Amino acid sequence: MGQVRTILLERSAFANNDERADILREDLRKAKVMLVNVMSSPGAGKTSTLTSLINNIKDKVSVAVMEADIDSDVDAKSIVKNTGVDSIQLHTGGMCHLDADMTRSGLDAIDYSKYDIIFLENVGNLVCPAEFDTGATMDIMILSTSEGDDKPLKYPLIFQKCNLVIISKIDALKYFTFDTKKCIDNIKYRNKDATIIPISNKTKEGIEELTTFFLEKIKSYKES
Amino acid sequence: MHELGIVFNITKQIDEIAKENKVNKVISLTVEVGEVSTVVPEYFKDCFEWAKKKTEYLKGCKLNLVVLSALSYCEDCKQTYNTVQFGKTCPHCKSEHTYLVTGNEVKMKQIEVE
Repeated sequence: MGQVRTILLERSAFANNDERADILREDLRKAKVMLVNVMSSPGAGKTSTLTSLINNIKDKVSVAVMEADIDSDVDAKSIVKNTGVDSIQLHTGGMCHLDADMTRSGLDAIDYSKYDIIFLENVGNLVCPAEFDTGATMDIMILSTSEGDDKPLKYPLIFQKCNLVIISKIDALKYFTFDTKKCIDNIKYRNKDATIIPISNKTKEGIEELTTFFLEKIKSYKES
Repeated sequence: MHELGIVFNITKQIDEIAKENKVNKVISLTVEVGEVSTVVPEYFKDCFEWAKKKTEYLKGCKLNLVVLSALSYCEDCKQTYNTVQFGKTCPHCKSEHTYLVTGNEVKMKQIEVE
């Protein structure tokens, strides 16, 4: 039997990931590349929203997309087919989120410095992606009208973390008991600074506002 | 599923720390989880029992899981209160200008090694 001793750790379980995420964020800042971490539940419309947005900005800025999924490359193929911009598929190997190391390996694989903005489509999930910092320079989320206006009350962390919340599928409002005003109040309750943009990828309502929002963000990021 | 990702992140770090400190094995690990950290203690324990078999130094490691209470602070009346019971609204003055002081941490506290 060897001698037993105690090693004090006193550190967050996420400390290793948080440190690597900070280094990655700094590298991106130096390269003037914006990395947007896009989160939502499965089926809220991440790929459709990115398609609408990218088609509006791709002539003005250089764009790439990193798709993270547990399996398949349907999203990466869909982005290439519908927008023509570069896209890469990352597999999380069964994990429900992306961490800073996985994000870094994806960025290195596409030679990230040649783009103005890269969208990282995270695994569809409202819990885990909020906890693991990817190193993104901006975190956003999409909430669809079919999910209900009470989601900000049920999943506090993701709404606290995201400064842009896109409410998608507003063309379907008449089919659901979704109260947009109540939803906005619930989002503001979690995060009073959040920008909220309701959109429809079908009718394209709100897409212009979303486009302007991102073009301004890219401009101020490049100047900072 | 959610707990598993966190457990793997912890066992990976502990394995590295064990290696750096040139220990033979890790006998116990103490982890503190806040009441509103979204970690379910029972799931966490199950995931840990499974994940430790895949490590180099934690195969026989005992997990001590300590649950920390969640407390919020009210900026208006300057009092603290129980978050799980009252949520974001201060029970003393009904203000919503409150923030969480403790309760969302997932912390690796200490290890006993041999």
